[in-house]
Amino acid sequence: MRKLLLLTLVVFVGLAFIARLYYLQVYDASSYNPLDDSAVRKVFTYPKRGYVYDRNGELLVANQPSYDVMVIPREVEPLDTLEFCSLLKITKEDFIKTYTKAKAYSPRLPYVFLSNLSKDDYAFLQEKMRKYDGFYIQKRSIRTYRKTIGANVLGDIGEVNQSIIDKDAYYGKGDLIGKQGIEKTYEKILRGVKGTKFIQKDRFNRDLGPFKDGKYDTIAKPGKDITITIDSKLQEYGELLMTNKRGGIIAIEPSSGEILAMISGPTYNPNLLVGRNRSKNFNKLYNDSLAQPLFDRGLQAMYPPGSPFKTLNALIGLQEGVVTPQDKFRCNLGFKYGNQRMGCHVHRSPADMNLGIYESCNAYFGNVYLKIMDKYQSRVEAMDKWSAHVRSFGLGDYLNNDLSVGQPGKIPTSQTYNRAYGEGKWYPTFTVSNAIGQGEVLTTPIQLANMAAAIGNRGYYYTPHIIKEIEDDTIPSKFTTPKYTTIDKKHFEPVVQGMFDVYNKGTAKMLKVPGIEICGKTGTAENFAIIDSVKTQLTDHSIFVAFAPKDNPKIAIAVFIENGYFGSRFAGKIASLMIEKYLRNEITRTDLENFVLRYSLEHEYKKPYSGEPFGINRETILDPISEEEFEELQRKKRRIERVND
Amino acid sequence: MIRENQRRFSFDWVIIIIYLLLIGFGYLNIMSASHEGEITNYLDMSESYGKQLVFMGLSVVLIVLILSVEAKFYERFASIIYVVAILSLLGLFVFGKDINGARSWYGIGSMTIQPSEFAKFATALAVAKYISDIQTNLKTIRDQLKAAALIFLPALLILLQNDAGSTLVYASFFFVFYREGLQQIYIIIGFSLLILAVLALKYGLTITGLLAALIIFGVYFLKRKRNNSIFKPILILIVSLIFASGVKLFYNNILKPHQQNRISLWLRLEKDPAKLERMKKAEAYNLIQSEEAISAGGFWGKGFMQGTRTTGKFVPEQDTDYIFSTVGEEWGFLGSSFVVILFVFLIIRIIYLAENQKSQFSRVYGYSVASIFFLHFTINIGMVMGLIPTVGIPLPFISYGGSGLWSFTILLFIFVKLDSNKINEW
Repeated sequence: MRKLLLLTLVVFVGLAFIARLYYLQVYDASSYNPLDDSAVRKVFTYPKRGYVYDRNGELLVANQPSYDVMVIPREVEPLDTLEFCSLLKITKEDFIKTYTKAKAYSPRLPYVFLSNLSKDDYAFLQEKMRKYDGFYIQKRSIRTYRKTIGANVLGDIGEVNQSIIDKDAYYGKGDLIGKQGIEKTYEKILRGVKGTKFIQKDRFNRDLGPFKDGKYDTIAKPGKDITITIDSKLQEYGELLMTNKRGGIIAIEPSSGEILAMISGPTYNPNLLVGRNRSKNFNKLYNDSLAQPLFDRGLQAMYPPGSPFKTLNALIGLQEGVVTPQDKFRCNLGFKYGNQRMGCHVHRSPADMNLGIYESCNAYFGNVYLKIMDKYQSRVEAMDKWSAHVRSFGLGDYLNNDLSVGQPGKIPTSQTYNRAYGEGKWYPTFTVSNAIGQGEVLTTPIQLANMAAAIGNRGYYYTPHIIKEIEDDTIPSKFTTPKYTTIDKKHFEPVVQGMFDVYNKGTAKMLKVPGIEICGKTGTAENFAIIDSVKTQLTDHSIFVAFAPKDNPKIAIAVFIENGYFGSRFAGKIASLMIEKYLRNEITRTDLENFVLRYSLEHEYKKPYSGEPFGINRETILDPISEEEFEELQRKKRRIERVND
Repeated sequence: MIRENQRRFSFDWVIIIIYLLLIGFGYLNIMSASHEGEITNYLDMSESYGKQLVFMGLSVVLIVLILSVEAKFYERFASIIYVVAILSLLGLFVFGKDINGARSWYGIGSMTIQPSEFAKFATALAVAKYISDIQTNLKTIRDQLKAAALIFLPALLILLQNDAGSTLVYASFFFVFYREGLQQIYIIIGFSLLILAVLALKYGLTITGLLAALIIFGVYFLKRKRNNSIFKPILILIVSLIFASGVKLFYNNILKPHQQNRISLWLRLEKDPAKLERMKKAEAYNLIQSEEAISAGGFWGKGFMQGTRTTGKFVPEQDTDYIFSTVGEEWGFLGSSFVVILFVFLIIRIIYLAENQKSQFSRVYGYSVASIFFLHFTINIGMVMGLIPTVGIPLPFISYGGSGLWSFTILLFIFVKLDSNKINEW
């Protein structure tokens, strides 16, 4: 017994130690990764971010160096704060505030004390920086926008936020990431892969040299350049036309689905979101709740499309065989259904399909719609059939493209009405507003442009997209595969002819561009605002969709101008100008151009906030800008033309 | 002729091989822990690894000397060696040199010698000599006190030199005395006091008192014999309470702040998060770094000279007291367990051989050696892995240091010599 005490203890202690070792080294430890080793310093080298070119090879986005003043608090020696602050052009309060933050972050790690010095400041400061221990200047690369256009298209980059860092191990504090636009959608391609250098450090955080002779080090892979489908000239011209207006313009090349222009008004200079004032400027844009410059109206604004939608009902009627192009319907300043009435305007009657389209006859399409609904025994089946036809044009759902924002729009199905009225308790007459693009139908401008492209193509479309080429890579196949609508090719001609006659003798006959066969359709959308908790109607939105030329179209376009009143008043003019600009690169209809540039809608946008009663639609007036402002816009236009030639 | 051969080759090779393995492995780890940049000169005397190599060479000389001396010499001269050791400890108060706050070194040129290391084997010899005396009976209080005095004298001197860690090593003789006849009650009392002390610090006097009362009276009523007085358990309880209060008092008033904090960290006494954070940066810094280094080793270890925490010198004292964290980081679970197993085998082998000695002197000495190694092994590795509070004593044969290496070598090889001589005794 006496002999056993020490022996037992020795064995016990030995086992306890091995158990503890097992816990520390095997159970509790994960596999070794130098990235997690706090004894190894990680130094990242950031690759060049890819450039962005437009479809004609023009450089839109490049990089510029930026200089940050960094601080390592524990290395800071007492300094002449006043002198230092005046060098950096900051106040002493700023200095103390930032320094306290840096210290709280970590006394040992570098902290961005002042970001994005200008080149001049840098040159000046570089000499003086040696005097201040613990401070140094670090070079970074930020974006520069060669043209001040396409802020909504190009987007911007900014410091990555914590929620992304938590999810994606690639990003670290202070890394830059695409925040909006193509910078966001093509982040992975543009950013490249950052390189990592591992440096062995000692417990005082001093460098001892490369860790394991650089065995784990990786070299930065430069970001790839991309070419986008935007035609920067067209984009620039569109943005000019959008001056003093709110709305969106989307132009698509029907034969490829490439987005030629994507304008949202009001817009802003993309260079505002670069560098040191980024967050200040961003907040200003973000908080502008009236003009909402960050709201991409071309992609996100959902409205009832109005008359352009009628073309789809004509196509569906033909496909379903309930109407022929020759069938006529009577229009008596509108049309009666049940005990209700849908108004129309003065035009010849009865109307066949051609007349129905170019005169935009509500009675014609109300009748066609009801015939479609009556074809099937069951209302549910008819409604869903109709809905499927409409959806095959890319409406009612996300386009699933490469833009960072979007909206699905809305196309009703039988379920929509079952939910609203109760199972089976609704009738086609309840839904007849769908015939004229009102009712439960909502679309975005890009969806309308795509619809125009599908009609121009006579039955198919390519998903509208912004990417044209990726350096050493191909673009996703979903953008190069055509998507067919449910309408047979043969049914398109009468509708195309109708849209063509809109320009010849219909609602857009004043907008003709000599020598270009344009097919289009005007539209208006009623809209409302809540003013002092009263739902108040505002001036209609002006809508226009078009494609040109009539055969083998090169451009399909949708224009949407907030409170622009009827379709040809603003939207139609802009559409004609854009088409001419793109196809000819010069403007013969300068009268249209002058009109669009001269008349501002700003007064219209102020009405709801004026606090006074106001008139809409018929009571609205055209409000010209001052002669000086007009001259300024003309100069701007000539400058654009000069630069682009 | 045959007898000559037998004598020459009767050293215990198991011990010698384990010894060589530990020394060699220790040297590799000292190299890792102390080198800065490439090693160009293995005999660079300004570096720990250079010096250690010289110490190892001198150890070989010591071993040859120890083994060639007549075995009876150690028994005969035990008293004189002990007196010399005590004198050298006393001399420190006059000629000693302060290093890290402890006055434990003699400076000879650039070299330092730590007499407390050598006092261990001297005490072991003296204890062996005293106990093996035919007139000594450890069952009597008188002889117990005499034996205790042999230990307390050097222990006290070392404590006065501010080297609490080395003092603790002398507790290892407790195992020796127990083996040689000390009553079991001492073991029970010893463990009870240890538990009482921990309870008093962790849970306070009230809970400790209640718990003690419960156990004491429980035992009393369960094992009651005729006419057993109720006063005995009451007396025990009172003594326990006095002891517990004494521990509290000692902890609060006598221990130095850093010692308090080490115990407080181990028992997790500190509740104030701000203070705990401060303590983690001060007293617990070594421990946290050493645990992280060991964890970083994983199963296979990062390989010789590949430990990032070792190379970065994150663990202070990593070539001396904290050498085991180097083993942990660079050799992983495999290497660390190997070291633990080597020590366990070494100590068991010594115990086994000691039990087989014919002379009581050899047996007691062997037992002392095993106990001393056991205490060093337990305290050092336990501390490095955070199992017991921080106490600064080296890991035998592995830690850097001449005095330590030589003293452990002498300690071990006197026993090897005594063991090889058992054939001549009857």
